Amino acid sequence: MTSIEAQGDKHRAERRAEAHADRHDDGHDHGSFKSCMTGFVLSVILTAIPFAVVMGGGFESRLLTVAVVVGLGIVQIVVHMIFFLHMNTRSDEGWTMMALIFTVVVVIIMLAGSLWVMFHLNTNMMPQMNHEALGLDS
Amino acid sequence: MAIPTEIPTTFLLGRLDWNAVPQDPIVWAAGVVVAIGGAAVLWMLHKHRLWGWLWREWFTSVDHKKIGIMYIVLALVMFVRGFADALMMRLQQVLAFNGSEGYLNAHHYDQVFTAHGVIMIFFVAMPFVTGLMNYLVPLQIGARDVSFPFLNNLSFWMTVGGAALTMMSLFVGEFAQTGWLAFPPLSGIGYSPYVGVDYYIWGLQIAGVGTTLSGINLLVTIVKMRAPGMTMMRMPIFTWTALCTNVLIVATFPVLTATLVLLTLDRYVGTNFFTNDLGGNAMMYVNLIWIWGHPEVYILILPLFGVYSEVVATFTGKRLFGYASMVYATVCITILSYLVWLHHFFTMGSGASVNSFFGITTMIISVPTGAKIFNWLFTMYRSRIRFELPMMWTIAFMLTFVIGGMTGVLLAVPPADFVLHNSLFLVAHFHNVIIGGVLFGLFAAINYWWPKAFGFRLDVFWGKVSFWFWVVGFWTAFAPLYILGLMGVTRRMRVFDDPGLQIWFGIAAFGAVLIAIGIGAMFVQFGVSIRRRDRLRDETGDPWDGRTLEWATSSPPPDYNFAFTPVSHGLDTWWDMKRHGQTRPKAPYRPIHMPRNTGSGVVIAGLATVCGFALVWYIWWLAVLSFAGLVIGAVLHTFDYARDYHIPAEDIRATEAVRDRQLAAHPLARGA
Amino acid sequence: MSTVHQQAPGDYWDVEPHHHHEGASTSIGFWVYLMSDCLMFAVLFAVFGVLGGSYAAGPGPQDLFDLKLVALNTAFLLLSSITYGFAMLAMVRGNVRGTLGWMAVTLVFGLLFLSIEIYEFQHLIHLGAGPQRSAFLSAFFALVGTHGLHVVFGCLWMVTLMIQVRQRGLTGANRRRLGCLSMFWHFLDVIWIGVFTFVYLMGMVR
Repeated sequence: MTSIEAQGDKHRAERRAEAHADRHDDGHDHGSFKSCMTGFVLSVILTAIPFAVVMGGGFESRLLTVAVVVGLGIVQIVVHMIFFLHMNTRSDEGWTMMALIFTVVVVIIMLAGSLWVMFHLNTNMMPQMNHEALGLDS
Repeated sequence: MAIPTEIPTTFLLGRLDWNAVPQDPIVWAAGVVVAIGGAAVLWMLHKHRLWGWLWREWFTSVDHKKIGIMYIVLALVMFVRGFADALMMRLQQVLAFNGSEGYLNAHHYDQVFTAHGVIMIFFVAMPFVTGLMNYLVPLQIGARDVSFPFLNNLSFWMTVGGAALTMMSLFVGEFAQTGWLAFPPLSGIGYSPYVGVDYYIWGLQIAGVGTTLSGINLLVTIVKMRAPGMTMMRMPIFTWTALCTNVLIVATFPVLTATLVLLTLDRYVGTNFFTNDLGGNAMMYVNLIWIWGHPEVYILILPLFGVYSEVVATFTGKRLFGYASMVYATVCITILSYLVWLHHFFTMGSGASVNSFFGITTMIISVPTGAKIFNWLFTMYRSRIRFELPMMWTIAFMLTFVIGGMTGVLLAVPPADFVLHNSLFLVAHFHNVIIGGVLFGLFAAINYWWPKAFGFRLDVFWGKVSFWFWVVGFWTAFAPLYILGLMGVTRRMRVFDDPGLQIWFGIAAFGAVLIAIGIGAMFVQFGVSIRRRDRLRDETGDPWDGRTLEWATSSPPPDYNFAFTPVSHGLDTWWDMKRHGQTRPKAPYRPIHMPRNTGSGVVIAGLATVCGFALVWYIWWLAVLSFAGLVIGAVLHTFDYARDYHIPAEDIRATEAVRDRQLAAHPLARGA
Repeated sequence: MSTVHQQAPGDYWDVEPHHHHEGASTSIGFWVYLMSDCLMFAVLFAVFGVLGGSYAAGPGPQDLFDLKLVALNTAFLLLSSITYGFAMLAMVRGNVRGTLGWMAVTLVFGLLFLSIEIYEFQHLIHLGAGPQRSAFLSAFFALVGTHGLHVVFGCLWMVTLMIQVRQRGLTGANRRRLGCLSMFWHFLDVIWIGVFTFVYLMGMVR
């Protein structure tokens, strides 16, 4: 009871002002010519490298090739998110970023979980396929 | 009906011909009942000239309150169908002993248990919960409508379309005989060659689109439309649980959609995702569908946790104990619900490491749920509890749900699950949590918010009759299933060899009859209350001395909900207002900007349903036409830019004057 | 209750008319839709991850994929991204002709992308490597095809919006719609990065 009042009386005016200000803040920007071009140049580079690596036969270590291709792919996704989708922590009071982070977490759980579960299933239930899987890894 | 091995197909009607009408007296009887009931309803509508009113005021309405009520009406209608299926199963299982085959053949019985599960989850629990959120969320956050009112109307009609397809399968063709999740390879074209699984797929897909859109809508509404001053940690707990539920809907229903698309491709195009040959893997379907399926369980229960929290706080007259911990528990459940899906198929063979991980996460997720139970108990502790109907349902929930939860934790232990999986123990467990958690909560919600929606309370006597028959009936029906499950009886059995089991099925059937009386009493309660509405009238808008903003407006609320936007300064805003002797401002009324009704939602969802029907029956020309019509309809709708209007200030003044007179007649009503 | 005291109604009720910022929810709403769409693609990626090695004694990626074609397609999509970015910049300047022009260029790139994809699919089916051949090919066609289907709807939307911008100019509603299509189009790019990385390039590395 008293806490409600104390809380209420003190900051009432400021809170309402804040609440009003929030509503009109669309917070969306559509970038500039410079950011657009930066994004484009970066993504051209980030596309060209993995294509060149794979079309050139890849590195000696398969693992390195995979790491380069996947790594650059992830970097390029981040580049697109920043320069084309204009992701930042400000738009819509951070809800856009929040939604993205939640989605990424769920996607990772789903992909990693499915691969893990299904790999173990195949290992346990179909041993003959296991050799194939091992063979591919070597 | 025998499944034709070679199904004749014509250009005009696809696979549809006279053989599609089931040759079964039970289905005919059901058809006659539905036809008579439908004709009676149509005649009543015609006699009272209600068609125009229904179309203008309800079907085309974008008002979240009306859409919410329509969702709940849909859920109640489908509930009757789903429960009829349950009674049929109970009767079959009690009869089919000592060499008797019972009265349902395998083809029919398998459809009945599949339809029961599908209808109860997708067309009863989901629309019920969605309707409740639709009705309450904007009111609780002091908004005038949802963020996308047209989308809301479309979502509702898509759900209706899915339900209609599912119902149609009863009289034209057949429904799936695969169990409610339609696992391949049984649901593949090889083992389910006729239209049953296709009805299942398209019914769920059409309804699923509606569910996803409504999830996005409500999520954004909560994020963007809160009243000034209502920070996240000042939101009513029901709104919090609705937020988490909609997050789950948005982040899981696409998984169901995609998985069903792949099954569809297997059936229609001949791909090999889940087939036995050419590299397909049926277990991938099981894996994917449960990635949707487990969060779905929490989609159903979370909003009801919100309902119980509101009910407990109101009827104890106290602020909810541990509001913050309740919020954190809800958020924890939301995230953890993505980490437990494998406990639905421990026996699949993923091995010890995988099973241990998912067993442990499953045990962890029961912790925040337990925290909630303690919060409710501590709220009730040393308070003067008013045992009104919503509170009675809440207490029945706590007693029932805790037991269901504990049997769930028991099943989370992989070795125990190896013994009990697919048994009636499991069936008893999930009915224990879904009926004891979801359904009891929905009944609490109906009794609690009915006065808000219609302006009069529900009759207490018939409410208590319904309550006691339900609670006693539930335990009589499902306790025997726990016992049978422990004895090793598996689910979905049609006939039994061991006569010693019959007594338990007899008790369970008796319990189902008690539940049937409980359901009947609920409808009597509605009827009696409507007839005696003048005596049960609530003119204060706040019959229970509530705490949250929906009680700050009249019952039923005006179209615009609040003439002036409320401002929140803490938790339980309305309670706060009452404590400060706040009265509604009387002037100056200004025109209110509102969305306009539209028939586009009905048209688009109708075309989607026609398209679904055409695809079920391989009527390709109709499928193409209706899909094209759907796309064109949606595009044309975007050319309509004049989607809103203003309620004139005089209308608002007149509406609010009525409210002033009502309140003046009740000087004891606090606040307002 | 002795502390109850009267306050001005304005403290708890907003008596000022409330200008609801029109369409304030649109961009976050559409973003949430994209996130749900993203999960749909995640399922298809997971299926490709699990079934991508199940060739059923049929052709594998190395027998089928033509990286030059994929590189060309990727180039089209990247170019369409920057041209749509230019359309948005023209919109911010209030330049209707510029907006429409750049949208038309974007549309052309979208259609070029689609025609190459259709050619590729048709070529594979002609080789006997259709979606029915093996689980790997089923997963491939489902993933790449779903992306293509999204591009089809993006193109349809582009045409619709071009008509609407021409009819009504760059009104508030149309600007919001252009913003949504922008998100959609760039989102499809992001998915395509996943597709060429995990399906095509990794397929050739295997």
